[in-house]
Amino acid sequence: MGDDRMDRETQSEAIHEAVEAMADRLAEEKEHLTDLDSAIGDADHGANMNRGFQAALERLEETDGDPAELVKTAGVALVSEVGGAAGPLYGGSLMKASQELEDGITAETTVAFAERYLETVEERGKASVGDKTMVDAITPAVHTYKKAVEVDDHDPLEALGKAVDAAERGVAFTTPIRAKKGRASYLGWRSVGHQDPGATSTLYLLEELLAVATEYLDGEVEVDAETEVDPEELEEPAVEEAAVDEENEEGA
Amino acid sequence: MKKLINEPEAVVDEMLEGMVAAHPELRRLEGTEVVVRDDAPVEGKVGLVSGGGSGHEPTHAGYIGDGMLDGAAAGEVFTSPTADQLSEMIQACDGGDGVFCVVKNYEGDVMNFETAVEMAEMEADTDVEYVVVDDDVAVEDSLYTSGRRGVCGTIFVHKVAGAMAASGGDIAEIKRVAEKTNERVGTMGMALTSCVTPDKGEPTFDLGEDEIELGIGIHGEPGTERTEIMSADEITEHLTEAVLEDLDLESGSEVATIVNGMGGTPLMELYVVNRRLQELLDDRGLDTWDAWVGDYMTSLDMMGCSITVLELDDELKDLLAAPAETPGLTVTE
Repeated sequence: MGDDRMDRETQSEAIHEAVEAMADRLAEEKEHLTDLDSAIGDADHGANMNRGFQAALERLEETDGDPAELVKTAGVALVSEVGGAAGPLYGGSLMKASQELEDGITAETTVAFAERYLETVEERGKASVGDKTMVDAITPAVHTYKKAVEVDDHDPLEALGKAVDAAERGVAFTTPIRAKKGRASYLGWRSVGHQDPGATSTLYLLEELLAVATEYLDGEVEVDAETEVDPEELEEPAVEEAAVDEENEEGA
Repeated sequence: MKKLINEPEAVVDEMLEGMVAAHPELRRLEGTEVVVRDDAPVEGKVGLVSGGGSGHEPTHAGYIGDGMLDGAAAGEVFTSPTADQLSEMIQACDGGDGVFCVVKNYEGDVMNFETAVEMAEMEADTDVEYVVVDDDVAVEDSLYTSGRRGVCGTIFVHKVAGAMAASGGDIAEIKRVAEKTNERVGTMGMALTSCVTPDKGEPTFDLGEDEIELGIGIHGEPGTERTEIMSADEITEHLTEAVLEDLDLESGSEVATIVNGMGGTPLMELYVVNRRLQELLDDRGLDTWDAWVGDYMTSLDMMGCSITVLELDDELKDLLAAPAETPGLTVTE
């Protein structure tokens, strides 16, 4: 049980680190996201996401807790600071999906988390694949992650890597299609040829999740003595990955 | 453009401060842009709340008081309040019988209310239901909406739901009459000028000196049709036609109407519009039971108006006639 406890602490630490990496990335990409959004939206996505993740980071610095609690805290921060429709889409979905992490971060719970996140975004945004929204990045990422873990039996880190690749293809897919949801849909055919900012920010979040997960799952094997306990290690990474997925989804 | 403001970022905060200073029966929830009745939560009745972007005054907080709302959340100008503040409002207005929310159909508003309902259920186990008002007959989809927009018909929903809550109706009863009102109400608006938001300082769309915009919403978004300026009677005919075509009322039906100013229109002109509206209804054999004229759901300083028609039945007449005392609307017995 001592090991389990340690496990949770490491998981929480990884979530802190993932949110920090995401906040840094969004600060870096703020201008780029704003440029994408000014073409087909109202030019505030970069600033809103940056503000939201800075707030999430600040709140996490004051919060100790289980992975589920931390992810929920980040979600609430995004809801209150991102604003507009993006607040509920990125933050509300994270909040809801965090319930799947109550047993900590494992391959199983991260798949459930990712699925719940996608489901909430679709339901709240009433959007489906092909509408030129964050759903176009999240759906391939979540489906790929689930299949890699459940069908192909890949370890969570490898699965997350595949999920990020899939999200990248999803983002590319948003460029040549017409927007059917969100403010960009008002432009009709004029939205064709522009990359969706929500799908793009989602990809950034997933990429940062992957980077932090890699650090923890590949590197920080302080459990060296217990190298045989590979499954546990894998579980932790999976949790991180899931958290990353969620965050990415939020970002989208 | 000249404005009576200090800093654009401070407008909402300073407006709410001035509002509660003018109305001691209202109270602001500390650290939020939420206004509630000073005695909230009121025990023995369902709490009724609303909210949305600022710039529509007296909507939303102006309808807080006996017989109408218990609380209202103000977002930034033309921007939805955030879900965490809506959730705080919901919890602050729950006197034990739950809370009912009146939401206008705008993507940001609907998503934030939906999230707030989940938060309130998760955090406080509050019993919450809501209605999404979509009375604007001008558009099916718009810049900010899937489906029809929620505009001035929302005021009738506040009044009807508020009266039902005040008379002790439970959440299901309130939801029923709110939905019934929404199904029977239609609104169409027009603009003589665009509006100027405090942060931009310039009109949100361009409209020539001799042009008007039909089918506008309440957020400075362009309308469905731009035409040359017409007389008040002709404009009223356009708006009324659109609403009545949507409602498809039988001759002999009783209705309540609102001629609503968009914020920058003299009351004199609104009465001119109401004169023609009532003639048109009369021509069609419709019987106006109550006619409201004034600024109920505005769009900052926009010049223009909207026309709202609600088809009544005995229950809705009773609920509209029930007493209400708020900064924006008073009904006496």
